[in-house]
Order: sequence, then C-alpha cells, then structure tokens
Amino acid sequence: MTIVSEATPSSDSMRSRDATVRRFALTDTVFRESTRFSAILVLLILGGVAISLFAGSWEALSKFGFSFLTTESWNPVTENFGALSPIYGTIVTSGIAILIAVPIGIGIAVFLTELCPRPLRRPIGIAVELLAGIPSIIYGIWGLFVFAPFLQTTIQPFIINLFHDVPGLSSLFAGPPYGIGLLTSSLILAIMVLPFITSITKDVFDTVPAVLKESAYGIGCTTWEVTRRVVIPYTRVGIMGGVMLGLGRALGETMAVTFVIGNAHRISASLFAPATTISATIANEFTEADGSLYTSSLVALGLILFVITFIILAIARYMLMRIDARTGA
Amino acid sequence: MSTASSLHHSRKRKNSVMMVLCVVAAGIGLAWLALILGALIYKGLSGLSLAVFTEMTPPPGDAGGLLNAIYGSVVMTVIGVVVGTPIGVLAGTYMAEYGRFSRLTTIVRFINDILLSAPSIIIGLFVYELMVRPMGHFSAIAGAVALAILVIPVVVRTTEDMLNLVPNALREAGTAIGAPRWVVIRSVAYRAALSGIVTGILLSIARISGETAPLLFTALNNQFWSSNLNAPMASLPVTIFQFALSPYEEWQQLAWTGALIITLTVLGLSIFARSLTGRREDR
Repeated sequence: MTIVSEATPSSDSMRSRDATVRRFALTDTVFRESTRFSAILVLLILGGVAISLFAGSWEALSKFGFSFLTTESWNPVTENFGALSPIYGTIVTSGIAILIAVPIGIGIAVFLTELCPRPLRRPIGIAVELLAGIPSIIYGIWGLFVFAPFLQTTIQPFIINLFHDVPGLSSLFAGPPYGIGLLTSSLILAIMVLPFITSITKDVFDTVPAVLKESAYGIGCTTWEVTRRVVIPYTRVGIMGGVMLGLGRALGETMAVTFVIGNAHRISASLFAPATTISATIANEFTEADGSLYTSSLVALGLILFVITFIILAIARYMLMRIDARTGA
Repeated sequence: MSTASSLHHSRKRKNSVMMVLCVVAAGIGLAWLALILGALIYKGLSGLSLAVFTEMTPPPGDAGGLLNAIYGSVVMTVIGVVVGTPIGVLAGTYMAEYGRFSRLTTIVRFINDILLSAPSIIIGLFVYELMVRPMGHFSAIAGAVALAILVIPVVVRTTEDMLNLVPNALREAGTAIGAPRWVVIRSVAYRAALSGIVTGILLSIARISGETAPLLFTALNNQFWSSNLNAPMASLPVTIFQFALSPYEEWQQLAWTGALIITLTVLGLSIFARSLTGRREDR
C-alpha cells in the first residue's frame, strides 16, 4: 500500500516527487545490477573450476605430457603416474550401468504412462524419484555391507562356474569372487542413474500428442506397438538427452563407487576384478597424497573427469533443449 | 484367415510379454528402494539411542555418539545455504525478470544446468585449490563454500522456473500503479512464486546434507568437538565414510546409524518440498 501513496503525485511539491523518482531509479539500478552480477557469478564459478583445475594439474601435465593419458602405471613411490586405469574403470562402469539402467528406465516410464492405474501413478513415480534423493554414501555403505557379500556368496560363484569353460566369457567373468569390483560398481551405478533416466523419459513420453497415440490405437496397434513405433521414435531426442544426463551422473559418481570398486590401479579383463575410477582415486588418495606431483596428478585426473562430464552434459542439455523447443515448454 | 489369426496372436503375445517386462521393471525399481531402506532400518535402528545425539565420536573400539559430526553437518549446511541461496535467487531473478530474453540468460541457463549435474568431487577440488591451498590448512569454512556452490545451481533453476510461471498480468498491474520494477519483483513476483522458491531451497538442503565428496578435502574431518570455522570440522557423511571402512565394529554400527539419520532427513526434506508444490516435479 505504501507503494501506491509514494508513487502517486500528491499535494507535495514537485521537488520531493523528483527525489522519490530518483531514489526509485537508483534502487532499481542497484537491484538490477546485483541480480546481473549473481547471474554472471554462475559463469565465473564454472570458469573458476576450469582454471583452478588446469592450474593445479599443470605440474603433472607438463611432466608427463600426453603419456599421462596412456600410461597404466600409478606408483606414488617412484612418482610415476598415468591415468589409463582410472579412465578405463570410469568408462567401463558407467557404460555397463547405462546398458542396464536404460531398458529398465524406459520400462518403468512405459509402465507409468500406459499401464499403471491412475491413483498409483504419482506414488510410484515419487518412490522412484526418492531413489535419486538417497545420498550416494548410503548406496556405498549398502553396497559394501549388503550387496557385495550377497554377490560374493551367490551370484558370482554361480556365474564363474557357468562360464569357466566358455572361451571369452571365462576371462570376462574370471574369479576369485571378491564381491567388490567393476561389476558391483556398475550395478550400484545403474540403480543410482535409474531415477534420472526414468523421470526424464516419463516427462518426454508425456509430451507425445494424444492424437498420435490415438490414431495408432485406432488402426488396431497394441500398446507395445504404439510405444515402439510412435512414442519412442517421437521422443528419441529427449530419451537420448536423459540417457546422456544419466551417463554424466554415472561418470562423476564418487562415494558409492569408492566403497565397492576396490581401488586397484590395474586394468584386468575380468569384470569381477577390483579396479578404480577417476573419482574414487581422488576420494581415496587426495588427503593422503604427499608431494606436489602426486597431488597435481590427482587434480589432473579431476580435470579429465571435468572435461569428459562437461562434454557429455553439454550434449545432454542440447538434446533436451531441442525437445523443449519443439513442444514449446 | 489362419495366417491373419496367427499374426494377431503373435502380436498379442508380444504385447503381453513386453508389458509384463515393463511391470517387472517397475517392480525392480521399487524393490531396490525397499531393499536399501530395509537394510538401513534393520542395521541402523539397533544402534539408535540417545547417546548418538549426546556423545562425541569415540576412539576406535569405544562406545560413543555422533554429536560433533551432526553439529558440523548442521553448521556447514546452514552456512552453505545462507551463502548460496541469495546468490541463486538473485541470479534466477535476473534470468526470469530483467534479462528474460537476453543472450546472457541463455548462456547462464546452459552453464547452470551443467553445474547442476557436475560431479561434486570436482567442486571439492576447486574449493581446495581456491581456499585450502592458499590458507594452508583444511577448514570448515572451505567446506561450507563447497556446499554453497552446490546450492546455487539448484536454487537458480527453481527460482527461474517459478518466476517464469508468474503471469505477466500481475507484473503489469504492479507497474500500472507506478511501482518501480524492483518493487514489483519483490512484492508481486516473489510473493506469487514463494512456495516454489522455498521448494528449491529445501531440495538444495536435501542435496547438500548428504554430500560427502566435496567435504573430504575441504572440511576434512575432526575426531573432537570444534566450533572453530577456521579449523577442520567433522561432518556426518565424512564420518560415515571413515567409520564404515574401518575394521571396528562400534564404528561400523555408528556409520549405519548415521546413514539412517541422513537418509531420513534427506527423504523427509524432499517429500516435504514436493508436497509444497503439488504436481511439479524436479528434473
């Protein structure tokens, strides 16, 4: 109400009116510039991240050069560091996680949009999204104490016995069953990225115009045929965006993987073998790293992770922006 | 006739198989949630007692509680939110109000979305290079800054989305009675979008209260009670990390109990946040 009385010309002289207008203009400028500064600060943070990682990793990068990316050895004693095995571990665990999570995520999205009775839709949708809210350290402690022992005593011996005569698969699933390792990490990551993929897939499924689906049903298509031939082709870009977003999450996921990966700097063919990822290496070794070259090498790992996830997430956002533009959302 | 009917049957069969698989997929998703929560409650509840909230973290092999860790988490979360929220709200305000169609907004939105999903351990490394290395030691304030950087993108995103939902007619009505732009934003737009903005803040609290990776080498950890912001400080997630990987049974039990406390807090916050805005979902 005070606004009205202040802004309305009253019996006051023109001078006080001018002063008020000037004061308003000044406050408005201050407010506008502070909002703009905050917006620019968001850019500065990302720029700061890039610059500080680059500066911090300079010592390692200038010493090892390009071979940092291609060397498997990681030896703090001789100060010889190579990023190949963490990079390998990161890509393999995230890749397997996505392969598992995508079909399940799409399945849940189809269930939620086509099959689920309406009153159950929202509770089940929220329950799946709660999976995304559970902090990653919880997945870690659960994976280490509940999931890994379960895999070690039941699933892994079974698979090792099943494939030990099959060429190729026998080395992929070579024992001994530790419980922890590449495959366990992949499975945990799959559970963690599942809600992201599900929620975005469900959102883009909802953007399919009803008339498209109805015409397909009208010529006698089954629900699966409508999903396969109409809904998925129509939302392909959005689904890819969701998958990329999930991949970005999986690549950078730290705590859950740190618990169950085993932290071994070597590349082995077996999915049951302990390994390491970029983020797990940093989390495990950073505070114990003595010597600036060791620290710098760990920051260089961070830089590699930053570059990979930045590219993946940028692609994801670009794809999701395209589907947003199409639906006008 | 028979081929047509067999085609019909095979299509029907295929449909049934795929639909059953979809139900199975949903079952898998719900089963994981149940398994994780079940294990947490089973293992965590047995260690839950008053001592957890009144005693300090114990030395190996001793009984004790999590008081200093809980206190540290609360302190750093509060500072993180207090620092991060105004920046996030102001940035979101610029994007939705002053610069809705500007080039800067498009760029900030893109970068902000990337920050939103960026690995939190990278933020930890950034704050290490920014604060810990120049200061020469780990500190609670560095941990709080790392958390604030995680708060900003969440708040920016929801603030912008929510302000964009405020009908322009409301702003025009404010302007028409002569209110300057910032008064319109403060008294009309913020008020209309309040529940949405609060949801964003709550979701950001839910996110940072479980974060471990950015605290590992900023706030580090502390076995003892410390309220000095310039010194290393314990936090619940880092304590869980340390205790869970230790060989001592008492520590592992405390880790489970701490995990249960964090999970209940985070899930409670996110359910409450969602209930504030009804149908809106956070991407």
